[in-house]
Amino acid sequence: MTWPQRKPAGLDASEKKSFGKGVFRKCDGCDETLPAEDFEVNFEVCPKCGKHHKLSADGWRELVLDDGKLDEWDAHLAPTDPLQFTDGKAYPDRIATAQKNAGAKEAIEIGRGHLDGRPIAWGSFLFAFMGGSMGSVVGEKITRLFERAVTERLPVVLLQASGGARMQEGILSLMQMAKTVGARERLRDAGLPFMSVLLHPTTGGVAASFALLGDVNIAEPKALIGFAGPRVIESTIRQTLPEGFQRSEFLLAHGMIDRICSRLEMKRELSVLLGHLGPQAHG
Amino acid sequence: MYVLPFEKPVVELLTRVKDLRELAKSDQRLTTELRRLEDKAGKLARELFADLSPWQKVQLSRHPNRPYTLDYVETLFTDWMELSGDRRYAEDAAIVCGLAKFHGKSVAVVGHQKGRSTKDKVTRNFGQAHPEGNRKACRIYEMASRFGLPILTFIDTPGAYPGIGAEERGQSEAIGACLAAMSRAEVPIVATIIGEGGSGGALALGVANRVHVLEYGTYSVISPEGCASILWKDGSKADEAATRLKITAPDLLRLGVVDCIVDEPAGGAHQDPAAAARLVDTALWTALRELEGLSPAELVADRYQRFRAIGALLA
Repeated sequence: MTWPQRKPAGLDASEKKSFGKGVFRKCDGCDETLPAEDFEVNFEVCPKCGKHHKLSADGWRELVLDDGKLDEWDAHLAPTDPLQFTDGKAYPDRIATAQKNAGAKEAIEIGRGHLDGRPIAWGSFLFAFMGGSMGSVVGEKITRLFERAVTERLPVVLLQASGGARMQEGILSLMQMAKTVGARERLRDAGLPFMSVLLHPTTGGVAASFALLGDVNIAEPKALIGFAGPRVIESTIRQTLPEGFQRSEFLLAHGMIDRICSRLEMKRELSVLLGHLGPQAHG
Repeated sequence: MYVLPFEKPVVELLTRVKDLRELAKSDQRLTTELRRLEDKAGKLARELFADLSPWQKVQLSRHPNRPYTLDYVETLFTDWMELSGDRRYAEDAAIVCGLAKFHGKSVAVVGHQKGRSTKDKVTRNFGQAHPEGNRKACRIYEMASRFGLPILTFIDTPGAYPGIGAEERGQSEAIGACLAAMSRAEVPIVATIIGEGGSGGALALGVANRVHVLEYGTYSVISPEGCASILWKDGSKADEAATRLKITAPDLLRLGVVDCIVDEPAGGAHQDPAAAARLVDTALWTALRELEGLSPAELVADRYQRFRAIGALLA
């Protein structure tokens, strides 16, 4: 986010600090400056223009799950460094930083929650953790999400926000695509629904595995969803990409997703859809 | 024949052997001498190739003279019938599919295909499939499963094509659907990485009960060039990225990503495609025999467990 005047003349350090705490924020969509609280109470959707800013996994739980409560599964699973990968900064150091910043061991949380009283298996990517990239742990947790949903006869609601496979785990990351899709197919065989919720962005190895294999694919407005990132495509074809390319609206027009849904309507829509597809709650 | 700088001594050696082989045809006395030189050349070629860097192996995996899928089809199979089209939009020549007989038994074949001539390269899109190629593969996986035909795939692609049309027509979904169809297929599947195994496009042919890689084949989540340009904003550091990504056959075996390495003839598969094909044949035949006793449900479970076990984490 860029402020129009980062250093207003005559502003002393203490005043600047109070700006930094985020009393006010500028919308990325309409450039309107509003009290930060207005964004927070509205789950990061701009009250003026409806622009969807990133919502944390905590925020999503609060928004969709009854009482914001999740009985988390396998939160202890942590990444390791199978390739001894370094790119100037060693992978274990990157992990440590990400863990500290995200307050979680990895880039996804899974567990059991309720949506309008209906028990569901819930998965939600933490984009803040290395861009929500899928390495061995994310792959394992998604696999367990589907497997446990089968065992406990639960529908799956999975929220994706991921740049794709995690380069630092190399080929092992690629293999997670096969592993997770295999598990997704077990859910299909069990006759349980998979609600795939596509957030900004969903690309690469996550897009090209389970993300578009939902029984219903729902996206937030204007989310970037695609196989290759726009920069890769531009450098391959040496053309500027058209406006709106790979955004939710583009995918809807090309038949790849079922619906575009405002974040503020997401719980209601998921509830209605799960009501149609089941499994029907007993007792 | 295109010669990479580091191949030069090996190529010169092998050329001399070939010349002598020609001479020996007309002069029986040279036979013993030929055998001796063949042995020596083979050994020397192996020694020269023993210390290839990962980046050199990447270059071999992309060698323009390397045997491609259709070269293997010609030598490994009989009764080949190519099948075209995804039944939805188009035919995509970057992936070839068909039915054939392998040691007298019918199988389904799916492989990436690169071109040789400039025109052919363009037609084949350098082995980079659009969604239609992947959907054609998907169709064949489903058909093979219904008819009980083992599936043999040949992986050789820089990756699925990243372009406007590919995105419009759902490249992501097409790859995802391939992974699903391979997971579900109730027949034995053996995948062979014959050259480049580039990312999701490679995996769309890679969800197999057994995955083989040729000695100088590679398999990677991202191309070394792509990795270098992301990490260091410098695609020319691809050699370094190739090392870090652990993409060579021994790395893949160690990581449990492949089940066996298929040796290549001295100097690489392109120096003796017929010999390379014989080695691939033996590996495929062995793998299919191992899978023969499994029921359809066991084959699906075997594949699931194979991939289920891949990964590295702290529990």
